[in-house]
Amino acid sequence: MAPYESDDNAGAGEVDTPYSGRRRAVRYVVPVTVVGVAAATIGLVPALADSGDPDLPKVTAQQLIEKIAQSDVQQLSGTVKISTDLGLPDLGGLESGLISGVGKGGEGSSADPASKLTELASGTHTLRVAADGQDRQKVSLIEKAAEYSLIHNGKDVWGYDSKSNEVFHGTAADSGGKHKDEVPALPKDFADQALKSVDDTTSVTVDGTARIAGRDAYRLVVRPKHASGTTVGAISIAVDARTGLPLKFTLTPASGGAAVVDAGFTQVSFARPAATTFDFTPPKGAKVTEEKDAGKDVGEDAGKGSGPGARFRDSGPERKDHAESGGPTVLGKGWNSIAVFDSGAEGGVPSPSGNGDTGGFLGSLGDRVSGTFGKGTVFSTRLINALMTDDGKVYVGAVTKDALVKAANTGR
Amino acid sequence: MSRAEAAVRAPSPLWTLGLLRSELAITFRRWRTLALLGVLAAVPVLVGVAVRIETGGGSSPGHGGGGDGPAFITQITNNGLFLVFTALAATLPFFLPMAVGVIAGDAIAGEANAGTLRYLLVAPAGRTRLLLAKYAATMAFCLVATLVVAVSALAVGALLFPLGDLTTISGTRIGFAEGLGRALLIALVVAASLTGLAALGLFVSTLTNSGIAAMATTVGLLITVQILDQIPQLHAVQPYLFSHHWLSFADLMREPVYWDGLLKNLQLQALYAAVFGSAAWARFTAKDITA
Repeated sequence: MAPYESDDNAGAGEVDTPYSGRRRAVRYVVPVTVVGVAAATIGLVPALADSGDPDLPKVTAQQLIEKIAQSDVQQLSGTVKISTDLGLPDLGGLESGLISGVGKGGEGSSADPASKLTELASGTHTLRVAADGQDRQKVSLIEKAAEYSLIHNGKDVWGYDSKSNEVFHGTAADSGGKHKDEVPALPKDFADQALKSVDDTTSVTVDGTARIAGRDAYRLVVRPKHASGTTVGAISIAVDARTGLPLKFTLTPASGGAAVVDAGFTQVSFARPAATTFDFTPPKGAKVTEEKDAGKDVGEDAGKGSGPGARFRDSGPERKDHAESGGPTVLGKGWNSIAVFDSGAEGGVPSPSGNGDTGGFLGSLGDRVSGTFGKGTVFSTRLINALMTDDGKVYVGAVTKDALVKAANTGR
Repeated sequence: MSRAEAAVRAPSPLWTLGLLRSELAITFRRWRTLALLGVLAAVPVLVGVAVRIETGGGSSPGHGGGGDGPAFITQITNNGLFLVFTALAATLPFFLPMAVGVIAGDAIAGEANAGTLRYLLVAPAGRTRLLLAKYAATMAFCLVATLVVAVSALAVGALLFPLGDLTTISGTRIGFAEGLGRALLIALVVAASLTGLAALGLFVSTLTNSGIAAMATTVGLLITVQILDQIPQLHAVQPYLFSHHWLSFADLMREPVYWDGLLKNLQLQALYAAVFGSAAWARFTAKDITA
């Protein structure tokens, strides 16, 4: 100690007594302790919060499905976290064009619901939802220092993008009431789609309980029985024990790994949201785009739910909205069903988004395959695969590549 | 702490206040402090005039750029109050923390550099008290600097643009009085966002006897952290970077307010303040003061 300090404390009065190296080091215990406590808190609190699945009376899968069907939640507000991982590179809006198979190619306003909600197709997003009956709903996509809100109040449907200060206006009547289920990212929407496909090729079980957003819930697991052709591994739905509302939806692919779709409430309340939540008047100076100007199909697409959930199974009825663009036919049934439609584009890979210059790029993303049907390109994601043959036919489904080729071989 | 202090009777509580008062006076009477505040006050003027000139032809800003630029910039033309939010969003990533880094880095090292630190310690206030007074003065500067930006922005906004009811980013409308209240709350949150950096700067300041080195290190750390926060591959550590949740102050403009990010930000700042504050204490109270 002293030898090290001798030339340092020439100016201090207390030359020999003060702090030995050990006593100095002891002081650093305080910040180190603070770091340790903080690290322990960060590590332990979620673990403690997760512990203890609630004890609930036993129900059968059938009873639980009925409970979901009977669930009639009219008023709620809450926060939904939705993560989608289709295994695509981050291409912005491009991938949604791929998934839907039919591009919209619109040059709409940035407040246009179609252009906004397709953002949900990749990454993690936080949504805030509020609903008060059939006529008033609101869903807001939380962005960094900005927010995109879609508000349905009576006959008006407003989209407001606070980042660009643009407003999209449509009327519910215009869209033929399609906006009524305009919150396409709720766990309920995913769950409804999944349960629609429950048939004899599916096993449905109740797998214990869970606590989601502070509420007791049953966990319903839907699993395709013949997992040969489909890429869907399992679907887990957490159902609120009291209201029967699905609180969390998780879809894991057959290939394993992270969930493809994971949407769940992080906070939920069944109280009536404040009436002002649904009031919207365009701010002064905001650019307002009317639905009529933006083109009809945009509004339709929005009402249908451009979110990945509405599309994660291509055999669902939502396919019908593309009837005008080729009329898909469905091959197979249940989880192995494949939608087929004619893109009308001959010769190689057509660009789904309608921009010619992306065609070559898309081609580079796919794998060339050939079979008795001829040649084509397969676009793969972790869930949905699509085969575009060189004569312009498109086969899409939540099935493996081989199943697509087989369908193309037999389907011609 | 020191033998001299132990020998003297316990100092009266007023000592801390006296020390704090003199620290505040020293901090805010310095030309460099006033110059920093002047620069901060000029930012909203620049933003306001630029937006005003750009929108002279009737167009609204940000459309061409697809919503680039600081948050809220597109709403300024409709409501001058948004200039407050834009100005804070524009200054928070760099101008404000840089000013805080200069003040915090200078706090101890500057005194040591000027040879005045030992005279400060001759007074029977004790090193812990001196450190607390220095930290309090730095935090006061955080608050004053933020308020300078906010008030300047409000004045410019009121002069150049209309005021009135405003639309929150969730699309609901709130009255002007509530808007002002939220602006004040946002200013407080922004000031609180800087406390973590202030503690970090104070710790750096106890490590060296060169004021310039401490300031440069603090500002350098700030820039490093800001860069790290932009690298997607580092997403695992980013939530623990002190600047990660800074822009969450905008969540106060949602309706209802989205508290998650705000609370995370405040917790993180408290953590940084506790860790680096106690590290600064450990270092400073055991340090040999030679200058």
